Amino acid sequence: MNNIKKTSRNNMGTIGMIIAAFVIVQILKTAGMINSQMDGLLVPLCVYATMAVSLNLVVGILGELSLGHAGFMCVGAFASAFFSKVVEQSMGTFPRFLLAILVGGAVAGVFGFLIGIPVLRLKGDYLAIVTLAFGEIIKNLMNVLYVGRDAAGLHFSIKDAASLNLMEDGEMIINGPLGITGTPFDANFVVGFLILLISTVVVLNLTNSRTGRAIMAIRDNRIAAGSVGVPITKYKMAAFTLSAVIAGCAGALYSHNLSSLIATPARFGYNMSILFLVFVVLGGIGSTRGAIIASIILTLLPEVLRFMADYRMLIYSIILIVMMIINWNPKSRAWIQKHRPGNVIRSRREASEAGKEGR
Amino acid sequence: MKKMKQFVSLMLTSAMAAGMMSASVFAADAFYIGASGPLTGPAANYGTAVVNAAQIAVDEINEAGGINGYQIEYKGEDDELDSEKSVNAYNALKDWGMQILLGPTTTGCAIAVAEKTKADNMFQLTPSGSGEDVTKNDNVFRVCFSDPSQGMRSAQYIGEHQLATKVGSIYDSSDAYSAGIEASFEAAAPDYGIDVAVKCAFTADSNTDFSSQLQQCADAGVELIFLPIYYTQAGTILTQARMMGLDVKFFGCDGLDGMLDMDNFEKSLAEGVMLLTPFAADADDDLTKNFVAKYQEAYGMTPNQFAADAYDGVYAIKAALEKAEATPDMEISDLCEALKTAITEIEIAGLTGEKIVWTADGEPNKDPKAVVIQDGAYVSMQ
Repeated sequence: MNNIKKTSRNNMGTIGMIIAAFVIVQILKTAGMINSQMDGLLVPLCVYATMAVSLNLVVGILGELSLGHAGFMCVGAFASAFFSKVVEQSMGTFPRFLLAILVGGAVAGVFGFLIGIPVLRLKGDYLAIVTLAFGEIIKNLMNVLYVGRDAAGLHFSIKDAASLNLMEDGEMIINGPLGITGTPFDANFVVGFLILLISTVVVLNLTNSRTGRAIMAIRDNRIAAGSVGVPITKYKMAAFTLSAVIAGCAGALYSHNLSSLIATPARFGYNMSILFLVFVVLGGIGSTRGAIIASIILTLLPEVLRFMADYRMLIYSIILIVMMIINWNPKSRAWIQKHRPGNVIRSRREASEAGKEGR
Repeated sequence: MKKMKQFVSLMLTSAMAAGMMSASVFAADAFYIGASGPLTGPAANYGTAVVNAAQIAVDEINEAGGINGYQIEYKGEDDELDSEKSVNAYNALKDWGMQILLGPTTTGCAIAVAEKTKADNMFQLTPSGSGEDVTKNDNVFRVCFSDPSQGMRSAQYIGEHQLATKVGSIYDSSDAYSAGIEASFEAAAPDYGIDVAVKCAFTADSNTDFSSQLQQCADAGVELIFLPIYYTQAGTILTQARMMGLDVKFFGCDGLDGMLDMDNFEKSLAEGVMLLTPFAADADDDLTKNFVAKYQEAYGMTPNQFAADAYDGVYAIKAALEKAEATPDMEISDLCEALKTAITEIEIAGLTGEKIVWTADGEPNKDPKAVVIQDGAYVSMQ
């Protein structure tokens, strides 16, 4: 074990954690020990954990603050749901869902690339503001998009449903603010787990590769990285686009888990992007494992707190604040550092050794 | 560092496992009815109204001896106006032992949950999920009118009462309810000799200033402005129309209900506004009086039409259960099958209609009521 590099061991720990969680849940599921509330939360948990991995790539590893990540998820969700609706009759469940995830990821990736071109020219706060705007633009675009299908093919409009001029047998696929309804229920926990696992492996491997080191060099000092010949734009675009692709896959998983997909301000607006950012920040910026754990805690918390009825959201926000303080306050960090099980043993051993030497 | 992380992951996994294992306790001595709606967030008004009003109805029924001799156990859950959270709320209610679902309150959530109730074959009656697709599955029924029928009936009402021939409409294109009514109103308008001269959209992000929309309506010289929106925005529109000196009629749907109870709202602005709503809190029949008094006593505010829909919903479930002679020890799926047939055979006198019957496709059939605001109060229109 000792001849394996520390980073690799750390990464194996993260992947092991995901697999262990999956195995435990599967065992509990087979044993019938999971209630329906938890069962219903499994796919959303995978979605949010994947989003945390995706945003951690931009915020933690690339070091740029993106406030529009819900937009990429939105694009992935709509593109994949649209695809599934169109080919629903002509394809089996498995190939259709596989393709839908790929379509979601690809379309979100294209959006990520196009948006990345102007956005990544900016720095710091300006970049954050522009990503925020793009996230909102995507959400609003989805709200004015009308797509229908009849015998003559697909009809598009950004005005209203009537201007599609659908024939009698026509069917609305994307109905403006009403979104997409009746997306087939293809998502399940195994697929969600696989998406999370693959994205985590990709991100971790990227971080430890030549590309990843270049990306982190840009994060740490852009000028220094540029001066030694690292092509800044190329690596920034690569990280941003990959992050968008992963977000798109998470969106595909999301849209195939619900029969009603609507781009509401609460769902795909900036609130959602901020929530993803909270996952990353609470998990410790740059730590993929931390981001996954934070996303799982913060998604479970409001549901576990349901027994508190009206005080649920109040308690949730208080817990959030307490977690932030404990996680980031230097004093509480020092306290945790001191009382950590490993450190306590080590300090005791050191103390006793010091005692021996003193004798 | 590593040990700490392992420790944390272990803790989390065990915490997760512990959370999952809380088994549901289920006793077959009462009917378990669950309700859901947004109890927090911007739409909390609607969910709270539904959950509170259903509580009143449940208490009344329990006091009077229950249904078929069995009491009702009732619980309301928060869905935060979000499809995903509404499914979570539904699952939580299922773990609690729910047999019949009264909800969700809003369209998007109702559609998301309808797929789940279909899979479990649970009977679902949504009080106010008015979107067209909500009742697509045969186990889903609703108390309110659907969006298309609201738009169509508004056009019918305006046309038949010759209120106007040249109409403008201002609607929220980012809201399913508003856009749904607008589309059906526009489609039905020509049949009743109405010309929709202008239609102006706004979105949830731009719902504080309507002067440009009102100016467009003024320029087109419309006689009536159709407002298929919620009352908060309508209040702003009325204020701005007054400031512009615009002299037109206003006609809205059930979303305008509640306008007179808005804080700091100048009631004279709403003078002459007509709205198509199934419920007016100051109607003087005994049922409404009793309900409004109880609601005010318990929750300190005047109930709106969401509350009325939920109240009627509970009584519809009661009537259907009695018709089917159902007992709580029936399987959820058998209960659903029995109720699906029974609800089409009952007729109830409720707050939202003197004679409400249901068709097998989930739609209620009742007379639309229109009210006009006169001297700061709702008055039924004839």
